[in-house]
Amino acid sequence: MNWTNLFRISLKALANNKMRAFLTMLGIIIGVAAVITMISLGQGAKKNIQDEISGMGSNMIMIHPGGERRGGVRLDPSEMQTLKETDYKMLRKENLFLAGISPNVSMSGQLISGNSNYPSSVSGVSTDYISIRQLNVAEGEMFTETDIRKSAKVCVIGTTIVENLFPDGDNPLGKIIRLNQVPLKVIGILESKGYNSMGMDQDDIVLVPYTTVMKRFRAIDYLEGIFASAISEDMTDLATADIESILRRQHKLKDEEPDDFMIRTQQELSEILDTTTNLLTTLLACIAGISLLVGGIGIMNIMYVSVTERTREIGLRMSVGARSIDILVQFLIEAILISITGGILGILTGCGASAAIRWLGDWPVAIQPWSVILSFLVCTVTGVFFGWYPAKKAAALDPIDALRYE
Amino acid sequence: MSRTVIELNGIKREFIVGDETVHALRGVSFSINEGEFVTIMGSSGSGKSTLLNILGCLDTPTAGEYYLDGISVRKMSKNKRAILRNRKIGFVFQNYNLLAKTTAIENVELPLMYNAEISSSERRKRAIDALKAVGLGDRLEHKSNQMSGGQMQRVAIARALVNNPAVILADEATGNLDTRTSFEILVLFQRLHAEGRTIIFVTHNPDISSYSSRNIRLMDGHVIEDTVNTNILSAAETLASLPANEDD
Repeated sequence: MNWTNLFRISLKALANNKMRAFLTMLGIIIGVAAVITMISLGQGAKKNIQDEISGMGSNMIMIHPGGERRGGVRLDPSEMQTLKETDYKMLRKENLFLAGISPNVSMSGQLISGNSNYPSSVSGVSTDYISIRQLNVAEGEMFTETDIRKSAKVCVIGTTIVENLFPDGDNPLGKIIRLNQVPLKVIGILESKGYNSMGMDQDDIVLVPYTTVMKRFRAIDYLEGIFASAISEDMTDLATADIESILRRQHKLKDEEPDDFMIRTQQELSEILDTTTNLLTTLLACIAGISLLVGGIGIMNIMYVSVTERTREIGLRMSVGARSIDILVQFLIEAILISITGGILGILTGCGASAAIRWLGDWPVAIQPWSVILSFLVCTVTGVFFGWYPAKKAAALDPIDALRYE
Repeated sequence: MSRTVIELNGIKREFIVGDETVHALRGVSFSINEGEFVTIMGSSGSGKSTLLNILGCLDTPTAGEYYLDGISVRKMSKNKRAILRNRKIGFVFQNYNLLAKTTAIENVELPLMYNAEISSSERRKRAIDALKAVGLGDRLEHKSNQMSGGQMQRVAIARALVNNPAVILADEATGNLDTRTSFEILVLFQRLHAEGRTIIFVTHNPDISSYSSRNIRLMDGHVIEDTVNTNILSAAETLASLPANEDD
């Protein structure tokens, strides 16, 4: 087989029909570009959400009171009061897999400072909360264990609170803000984290010792939740199991009784969201894949017409000594050249379109190397697959009939 | 005694059309020596196209033996016959059959493209030589759609020569050309004959037989006449005696 010459022959045949070759390619170009762009968009959304979740905290575990929610069944209010301070203390003492743990009780109302006021809520937490949620104190400092023990009237506030309560640019450190007549002294300001993907302002936050919220604001003996972080991502499952056994023991639950608390991990959350974004990516890729398939059928169609149109040429080639296999290979190479060239142009177009979307639309876009390789392979296979039938048809022609074909 | 290039022994070819068997050739035998210029004549239905296909190794006989340059063709596979055509036969068709939008040189190179033993520089050189031999040395890069019928047929003849074949098979090679151009082509064939080429010219035009060295006439699948032409006319002289075209 003389590959170089057959390649030359195919190239020449395509060059003789540039417009047609380009239009045939267009199907593949659009298909490949669509696949790459769609996957980039889907994966970009996924990465965005993953970043968001890991920004929420490190290996976070969230414990809430009450059993598994069953759709539509109203919960007994007492069920929501199953987490106690003693649970928190026991977990903190016994669980070896936790890097940090903090109770969570909140209180909302109007914050007042001087003649400014702002509706917000305060979160009663422990000192670990900062590390669990990956917050940083920009100015001043976090309250201490002593503050917690004394139910101190101190707070650490986020930048949104600063802007709204101290609009004149005064330094809030050491100032008093009030909620429900209780004065809180500002001892620290948190670094800004901006909005998350759900549009929540992460700087609209006031941290106070949880004991202060429980005793001074709400006079309750239960916690609304417990936040914890595992030592590492791998430890999350162990930590979760340990939390469950400690809490069951604390709550004196019998084996057959269901949990009266819920444990959610950040991992679970990210898995759920991953499933959603993967579904999105798959859907987008399917739609794009269909356009690639249509492009492939376009190749088959054109090659098929081309075989009929070039019957005499095929007859001539055979009469001067081309074997059936030479004709087959020539037409296959033509189909593959169309699909590969289309594929390369499609990859360029797809990457360009992805970049343009990121730049113009400010959308999260992540071009996946595997999607580039995959779509390239797919279009090569498409070329062979859809080129095969017309090429076979051309090779099977009888030279005598082909030469006489009108 | 010169070498035998073609030898046919009791060639029969039958086609089955519907329920009927059509006997296109009913036992044709002759041999052609190197350097002969043979016209094969016959009206339509005489079997000359079938004979041409068999001579050109495009088809195989139902019965009988065919030796081309000493090689038995009858039992050959399709692929082997393709290679044989590539090395031993040059075709010239009535309608030229040049590749569209392709230069003269590329058209002539075509048979050599299917011969892996020939390098691209050798191929080009031989194509240029063949085009010079048919008087188109100044039109190497002309595309097929920029040429007249006579020029296209010269390209086709160059293409038939380029592989240095054992025999040139011309199928009504002057059928699409006007009288004057036909004679120009005939002059070319006579010159190739004089150079020692073996030429088989299939035609239904009896005038052409006077310019060849031997005439075979077919009728209903039989050879009815096989004569050596002792008085070969010169196509060049006939061409000179033709009235010049007004628009030339």
